[in-house]
Amino acid sequence: MPNGEAPPLIHARQLTKRFGEFVAVDGIEFDVASGESFGFLGPNGAGKTSTMRMIGCVSPLTSGTLTVLGKDPATEGAAIRARLGVVPQEDSLDMELTVEENLIIYGRYFDLSYSEARSRAKELLDFVQLSERAKDEVEPLSGGMKRRLTIARGLINEPDLMLLDEPTTGLDPQARHLLWDRLYRLKQQGVTLVLTTHYMDEAEQLCDRLVVMDKAKIVAQGSPRQLIDEYATKEVLELRFPPGAQASLDGRLDGLAERIEKLPDRLLLYTSDGDAAAVAVHERGLRPEQVLVRRSTLEDVFLRLTGRALVE
Amino acid sequence: MSQLTPAIRVLEHSLMVYRRTWRGSLFTTFLAPVLFLAAMGFGLGTFVDKGNPASLGGVAYLVFLAPGMLASQAMQTASGESMYPVLSAIVWMKTYTAMVATPISTRAIVIGHVLWLTVRLTLVAAVFVLAMVVFGATDVLHGLLMIPVGVLTGLAFATPITAFTATQRTDNAFPAITRFIVTPLFIFSGTFFPISQLPALVQPLAYLTPLWHGVSLARAIALGNVDLGLAAVNLAVLVGFIASGIGLAFVTFSRRLVQ
Repeated sequence: MPNGEAPPLIHARQLTKRFGEFVAVDGIEFDVASGESFGFLGPNGAGKTSTMRMIGCVSPLTSGTLTVLGKDPATEGAAIRARLGVVPQEDSLDMELTVEENLIIYGRYFDLSYSEARSRAKELLDFVQLSERAKDEVEPLSGGMKRRLTIARGLINEPDLMLLDEPTTGLDPQARHLLWDRLYRLKQQGVTLVLTTHYMDEAEQLCDRLVVMDKAKIVAQGSPRQLIDEYATKEVLELRFPPGAQASLDGRLDGLAERIEKLPDRLLLYTSDGDAAAVAVHERGLRPEQVLVRRSTLEDVFLRLTGRALVE
Repeated sequence: MSQLTPAIRVLEHSLMVYRRTWRGSLFTTFLAPVLFLAAMGFGLGTFVDKGNPASLGGVAYLVFLAPGMLASQAMQTASGESMYPVLSAIVWMKTYTAMVATPISTRAIVIGHVLWLTVRLTLVAAVFVLAMVVFGATDVLHGLLMIPVGVLTGLAFATPITAFTATQRTDNAFPAITRFIVTPLFIFSGTFFPISQLPALVQPLAYLTPLWHGVSLARAIALGNVDLGLAAVNLAVLVGFIASGIGLAFVTFSRRLVQ
């Protein structure tokens, strides 16, 4: 829970969204404090985007309570949106305009003067390292560049709250790291970030606090470290056996770990000492094709909570 | 911010895009209709005028045809602007989706689109009227009066089509609108010949379409025989279509973009 006297930037109680019979968000509750970096982690279809759209005041809630920046989205949507920066899941850049024009016209939507919009566009292009492309068309930009431009666009009104829906999905590792670096800088500047992701490494990199969503509900919340401590062990031993061999192991690994997860292609042994467990496996005469000892991640937390992998 | 400010921002977006794309529309919206007017008015007109048909009201075919062409041209431009560009802004490029994340509301988007169409139709009608004056089909004063008639005729089609487009996920229905609504109206709404030439059974159908009212009003102005009662009916029908179209678009845009 947020500390201090400042009221939360987002306050949600029993927040629910239904589309006909389908329940997209089922009575979730959370608060986001000013300056915080808050994440929704979960697989596709968990209700993350529906939640983000309700916070962004472009989707009325079915029931429950939601306040954003202390206001009610139902009655003060435009006033809330004036102070939000939104980076949607799918790019919505204007292909008929230049890079720079995309930012300037977006600034106009927030009632900036042309000269103000132009000068902010210049600064922001610098910030997202796209200055040399200012006069170019948007279409030929790479996926990573388009995302950076979308982030710059979301910053044109100097928002109090930035909503990022899967900011790095579909990007190559280099582009993701550049994007993370920019988002981290924003966080350092005190911008409140709310993001959704199905990448646990992204959540670990960027989120002070996160909720794990599955099937329209929040199944756990805390800092990445807390979640790992609570729902996983310190280390994980991954064993990969030849095809078919995994099924015939029944019972031979018993007692080697606190918990064993069977995935289709490998076994995960949750233990405080992965190396010791690996030695013990060997002593029992088992010969896996691959042995890997690693630290637990949010992926393991998710597996524990839902019995399924995040990205399949 | 005044009530209208967000809609003006939407118009600014269209103008910014048009500044980049106007060259592509030069031929279809300016040159083609002028060529068509020349070919029909002078080419075909020469033959028609030889017959000296009384139903044209004793004027040259060019003079009869040109105001109808103006209204038809407005209908075609406005319909086109309300199909692919609107669908793109919702489905492909998502310009409207990006707008609703800002203080711009769905209503402001609809009004902004109508403002943009007004600008665009004024341009198209003005160029057409200029051609009419050059060809001697009208004089400047009557020509200027026809411009708003062209704009209203265009909007009468554009607003319901815009509302419809916001309900679509693909462009599959657009060719049907062109084939079964826009083109038949272009041919049968009195542009090329008075609808009194149509079979008596079909004539009332023409009165139901906004195009006939636009053609009727533009032609009355051009020929200088405005009947105030009929003109009032013409205007009421056009304004009625526009108002209903905007009302429908408010609903379909909100359903589509805020859900």
